[in-house]
Amino acid sequence: MNATTGPAIAAVEPQIARHAIAPPSRFGDKAFEWLTLAMALAVVVLVVLLGWELWGGSSLAIRKFGFHFLTTSTWDPVAEQFGALSFIYGTLISSLIALLIAVPLSIATAAYLTELAPLWIRQPLVSLIEMLAAIPSVILGLWGIFVMIPWLRDYPFPLLKRLFGWTPFFTGPIYGTSMLAGGIIIAIMILPIITSVSREILRSVPNLQREAAYALGATRWEATRIAVLSYAKKGLFGAVILGLGRALGETMAVTMVIGNTPQIAASLFKPGYTLASVIANEFTEATTDMYLQALFEIGLVLFGTTILANLLAQLLLQTMSTTSTTRAVQ
Amino acid sequence: MKSFRFADKIFAVVLLGGVSATASAQMMINGAGATFPYPIYSKWFDEYAKVDPSVRFNYQSIGSGGGQKQILAQTVDFGASDGPMSDENLSKAPGKLLHIPTVAGADVVAYNLAGNPALKFDADTIAGIFLGQIKKWNDPKITALNSGVTLPDQEIVVVHRSDGSGTTYIWTDYLSKISPEWKTKVGTNTSVNWPTGIGGKGNEGVAGQIKQTPGALGYVELIYAIQNKMPYGEVKNSAGNFAKPSIESITAALAAADIPDDFRFSITNAPGPDAYPIAGATWLLVYEQQKDAAKGKKLVEFLKWAAKDGEKMAKDLQYAPLPESLQQRVLKRIEEIKI
Repeated sequence: MNATTGPAIAAVEPQIARHAIAPPSRFGDKAFEWLTLAMALAVVVLVVLLGWELWGGSSLAIRKFGFHFLTTSTWDPVAEQFGALSFIYGTLISSLIALLIAVPLSIATAAYLTELAPLWIRQPLVSLIEMLAAIPSVILGLWGIFVMIPWLRDYPFPLLKRLFGWTPFFTGPIYGTSMLAGGIIIAIMILPIITSVSREILRSVPNLQREAAYALGATRWEATRIAVLSYAKKGLFGAVILGLGRALGETMAVTMVIGNTPQIAASLFKPGYTLASVIANEFTEATTDMYLQALFEIGLVLFGTTILANLLAQLLLQTMSTTSTTRAVQ
Repeated sequence: MKSFRFADKIFAVVLLGGVSATASAQMMINGAGATFPYPIYSKWFDEYAKVDPSVRFNYQSIGSGGGQKQILAQTVDFGASDGPMSDENLSKAPGKLLHIPTVAGADVVAYNLAGNPALKFDADTIAGIFLGQIKKWNDPKITALNSGVTLPDQEIVVVHRSDGSGTTYIWTDYLSKISPEWKTKVGTNTSVNWPTGIGGKGNEGVAGQIKQTPGALGYVELIYAIQNKMPYGEVKNSAGNFAKPSIESITAALAAADIPDDFRFSITNAPGPDAYPIAGATWLLVYEQQKDAAKGKKLVEFLKWAAKDGEKMAKDLQYAPLPESLQQRVLKRIEEIKI
């Protein structure tokens, strides 16, 4: 056996060597490098162009309202007085509510699916969650109006009012359509993406981690918490950021349940309004230049808010990882 | 192998489709604008294809604002709008733009009260409710108009459109006409700074909100209220009669209204004993001087057909047709389009 394979290998080897040294393959490497660079740059160029276009499209409004656009909350298309503060507030608060609901739910679901669930139940559950992501936004919105809102109004909201009515967040009359309803519908919409990404991340945690934990006598909960979740912390945070990105830009379903009233109110039972919603609502019928430009500027603000939120999250991630490494060193 | 055969089939179908499309060489006339008349316009284009198969219409219901912008930029052959164009926007047009009224509709006061009582409203109550001054259903102003009905001591939840729309334009136009306070505080537009209430997106959003909220009151298009079997009220018109919104009472408003020569009219609060006061028309926007002679000729032919035969289809789709007198004036205007 050895005698026959030996020369054959010897015959093949120089060929491989010649191929590796030959210049054409180097050119291939270069071409691949350029291609990927071009693709990566295309994304950057796209983002810059988008910002540039939004800036150009809203120049009139920027000149007229200046910084006041961000600090006032009057939105009056008749008198052409525009301020975005209540929309910024609505976007941030509704996204925050959504994250507060969706993050624990998604990560727990992902942990169950990768660590605890019996095998036969995993695939059906995953499919169901992915199906949730496939529901069109407008359908979810209609479901929100006709099913979720009446239910929220009759059961959970009065309960919240009874339990937490002493805080400013759950006061006032209950209509159903509200900032809280908006946050809940966004939570439903970002749940699948956070769950799917988290599941992939937890699945990529090496089994050695789990085995090591079990070897040290950890319970299942301890192993999941210390060996898996803690190990995957960075990745899970990334999943949350993806969810946040979607939450900030979510439009149709939110518009249908949030009440579309530009106001800043502490009570989550009061209607609110988001940046994306006002664009979707008013863009088609905006006839004057200033009105249209103000809506463009809303787009610019949304663009800025998304970038800012992402940057902040990156920063948080960095500080988080440095503190954990220092702790590890200590 | 099987998928290959399937792909072949698709390819063949695409090829055949392409051949047949080039063989007939139809002229394409593009339009864009208002969403409110979209159902009747698409019906017209459908029917007109039987009248003149050599021309096809492509209408994008992108909203009145978009329709005005596109016709100003001359990217479409005709525009459509639920409100007449402002002087400011008209001055931007490269040529003289004509307003061609087609059909009319109405806003109704829809509400959700236990027992679905038939209610009556007048200018004062509607303005009071939407300004946030009348807060309860048993307010003396409402009970005075509805003597036979016991109204509950319940909060009125005002619902309005949150998206810019012709429906809102008609509604705020009416309120501006009947209430000086509304005119100075809020004004007329496709969307406004609402003093009170919650916003629902689209007719379906407002209707859903009203249906789901006990004590709610809002405005929706008449067609929408009929299709969804929502209770809606009668409104006192400027002649002092309570008018029920219907195709007849809208046409009555059109017939009684003072309509200027450029057809940029409003029929809210129209005189006439039978006129329903919260109604409005919708317009097609075309240039008086057509750039493309062949297209212009076809467009004029279509407009004439629409003003004569198309109007007859309006009632079936719950739109109010133009009264005879106005139809004649519109036809005369269409004749004036230069090709």
